Amino acid sequence: MTVAAIPRLEHVGRVTQMRVVVSEWTKLRSVRSTKWTLGIATLLLIGLPCLVAAIVASHWNSMSPSEQANHDPMNTIGAGVGAGQLAIAVLGVLVITAEYSTGMIRASFTAVPKRLPVLWAKIGVFGAVTLALSVPALLIAFAGTQAILHAQSTLQVSFTDPGIARTVLGMALYLPLIGIFALAIGAIVRNTAAGISAFVAIFFVVPPLLLLLPSSWRDPIEPYLPNNAAQAIGTFHNDSHTLNPGPGLVVFLGYLVLVVGIAAFLMRRRDT
Amino acid sequence: MAMIEAVDLTKDYGPKRAVDGLSFTVKPGIVTGFLGPNGSGKSTTMRLILGLDAPTKGDVTVNGKHYRDHAAPLHEVGALLEAKSVHTGRSARNHLLALAQTHGISKQRVDDLIDLVGLHDVAKQRAGKFSLGMGQRLGIATALLGDPSTVMLDEPVNGLDPEGIQWIRNFLKRLASEGRTVFVSSHLMSEMALTADHLIVIGRGKLIADADVQEFIRGASKNAVLVRSPQATELHAALVGDGVTVREVEPGAFEVVGLTAPQIGDLAAEQGLRLHELTPQQASLEEAFMQLTREDQEYRAALEEVTAA
Repeated sequence: MTVAAIPRLEHVGRVTQMRVVVSEWTKLRSVRSTKWTLGIATLLLIGLPCLVAAIVASHWNSMSPSEQANHDPMNTIGAGVGAGQLAIAVLGVLVITAEYSTGMIRASFTAVPKRLPVLWAKIGVFGAVTLALSVPALLIAFAGTQAILHAQSTLQVSFTDPGIARTVLGMALYLPLIGIFALAIGAIVRNTAAGISAFVAIFFVVPPLLLLLPSSWRDPIEPYLPNNAAQAIGTFHNDSHTLNPGPGLVVFLGYLVLVVGIAAFLMRRRDT
Repeated sequence: MAMIEAVDLTKDYGPKRAVDGLSFTVKPGIVTGFLGPNGSGKSTTMRLILGLDAPTKGDVTVNGKHYRDHAAPLHEVGALLEAKSVHTGRSARNHLLALAQTHGISKQRVDDLIDLVGLHDVAKQRAGKFSLGMGQRLGIATALLGDPSTVMLDEPVNGLDPEGIQWIRNFLKRLASEGRTVFVSSHLMSEMALTADHLIVIGRGKLIADADVQEFIRGASKNAVLVRSPQATELHAALVGDGVTVREVEPGAFEVVGLTAPQIGDLAAEQGLRLHELTPQQASLEEAFMQLTREDQEYRAALEEVTAA
């Protein structure tokens, strides 16, 4: 029983950021959790708005005039964003924590010992894939809900109306951004359960706690919380308690730079 | 030039010192065995070489540079670590492909290596379903992706069935015959005796020996000679003298220390005594290892584990 000659490598390539991106794309597309989480996110982003629209359309005539007047078609379009973001965030966490839980990270860092190209590539590939999913999903949600509500003339909006395209695309942009936030948290805690818990705490547990504080405390803080700043990016009507989409984006990008920066600092320094 | 060079390499994990002032060089083109009991710091040393862990003190370089500073790290060192380093949900082929792509290595090479290690039929299965032996084969294919000049393997035969062990041994021979540097760890002395040319022995993170295998054995040899004669009583009387000890190992056979085989032969001829056997005795690698570490009382318990198998 002899071992055959080991094939020689004709050309030895160096590690480049672009090559690490290709590698991360292979990694992302070759695990089942990607298909599951993105499949669920798509279902929620398109299915929930259409469901809500169908219920509104069928009950429209029994709704009071004030209820009809208060109905905002933009809220219907974004009905799946709240639930869909969880699936996106779970994938964001898993993209990095699954490498730590399985030991794959040692192979990854042996191939790319400078490490940070792996983090940048993960963020880039994950961000691009989720954006490539969220933009069409929200456009379909927009077209779908508008079609279902075609009989309700007061709910009809045009994509070219002021603020409409910005809001729909803002909601689509919101998803990859919070996903990258979750990925960075995963890179910091290096554990799937801890990563998802930390994300849920920041986005769903801390904000309601703030309601317990007196408004003199709450009002200046609330718009600047990560969840509220991020949500402002895809909001159509802005009231005094929320940031406008532009400032919301800037504030949330500030948070992103902070968590990604911490993740990069720790990834570079820690033992694996 | 040394392929791997460690200087005063030290690593603490909290209060525990895993690697303690280790200095050694792994020379090119031969198989160097890295020997020590479980928990003696072998895996930590290998992680330090790859830059997966940072040393507390000291330094280690690969081909003259820190591993992380190489433009194509997989071309410098191919590593098979003891701990599993594979995403359990990904197929063997995609695992290899993702790592290959970081260096722009082709799909063709990935497939060639899958064939070489005999994983062709299971390449599309999830790596989490692999047996230990299949996992080692995948690890070896991973180590070979970049056609490395140095291959580093951590306990490659641990837990394998006899067929798997044989395959790994043949494989190490193949690597060495191609002129690659091989650095392979084991806690089994017998395994090293079969594969290594040079030995680096550590215990409790410290260097115990760094020697050629032959030199290692010679250094520990008792310089004893086995003599067999039908005239045992007369021979015994003729041999005993100043600085010479003669011990009967069985009726008609002695182990003589203090005289060389030619001296014993000449002596017997002068006295007209017949000899049926005259054999210089060499210590086995196990005995050499035992002797080397005999003084280290703390080390005794760990030793038994090394030599047991």
